[in-house]
Amino acid sequence: MGGSMKAPEKEILGTKMNHRHRPKITALVVDDNMVVRAIHHRLLQDLGIENQVAVNGKEAVDVHSSGQYFDLILMDMDMPVMNGIEATRKLRAMGIRSTIAGISSRSLEREKQEFMEAGLDDYHEKPLTADKIVSILHKISNHSG
Amino acid sequence: MERNQQLRRQLASMRQSLFDQGHLDEQFILLEELQDDANPNFVEEVVTLHYRDSARLITTIERALEKSPLDFNKLDGYMHQFKGSSTSIGAKKVKAESTQFREYCEAGNGEGCLKTFQLLKRDYATLRRKLEAYFQLARQAGPNEIACRPK
Repeated sequence: MGGSMKAPEKEILGTKMNHRHRPKITALVVDDNMVVRAIHHRLLQDLGIENQVAVNGKEAVDVHSSGQYFDLILMDMDMPVMNGIEATRKLRAMGIRSTIAGISSRSLEREKQEFMEAGLDDYHEKPLTADKIVSILHKISNHSG
Repeated sequence: MERNQQLRRQLASMRQSLFDQGHLDEQFILLEELQDDANPNFVEEVVTLHYRDSARLITTIERALEKSPLDFNKLDGYMHQFKGSSTSIGAKKVKAESTQFREYCEAGNGEGCLKTFQLLKRDYATLRRKLEAYFQLARQAGPNEIACRPK
């Protein structure tokens, strides 16, 4: 399990992502599990990414309805009230163009496919690691040119 | 000084045995790597969160296993949540038993679920006890002995 990024990689990431001419990256962690939220929050924080948490898909949608925007959304699939698939569809229907990465423990191809078709830009199996976050972040930097 | 060195050796040995005995996997190391001067108790905080969250799920699953007939969909759902939390702290044995339990749910095998759940509870309690002892010793040894990355 590739968990740790070497210090030079983090430095390069920090320089690239937080260049003085480029605003800091913001993220939203959407997961119903408090342990997972705490870990993902800390992982992002450690990479210098400002982030908030939401406990389910509905909360993620509501926070966007209130006018907030995030460069990156880490979206769990299985959540009560509103799951990640439905939340992703709703966010895209609202015109949210943030990078949305599905982060789930589901491993079946058809489950992943259904989630991707809801509007994800990326998908990773749990547990999330710094290396996986970096690969997602490269998509943000590529999109913004 | 010598007492501290002894504590450090004991702590290192305790930590290693958790991996050698198959209780923890590399996810625990990832948590340790997220610990630093600004977050010196991160691992213990996350583990504490996990045990608070998972104790509730254990009770819920126990109650669900008392019902007849068993609702395998519900049981699977509860165990999915439990497994997610256990995986996040690197609880290797418990994670494996969670997976086995879910396979029995999918097969509609109530006896398999019950037997696996007993094993899971045993290993869950063992790891909890060992981690509590580990963190208690870590507090005695002082902050230098919790795996902190140099900044």
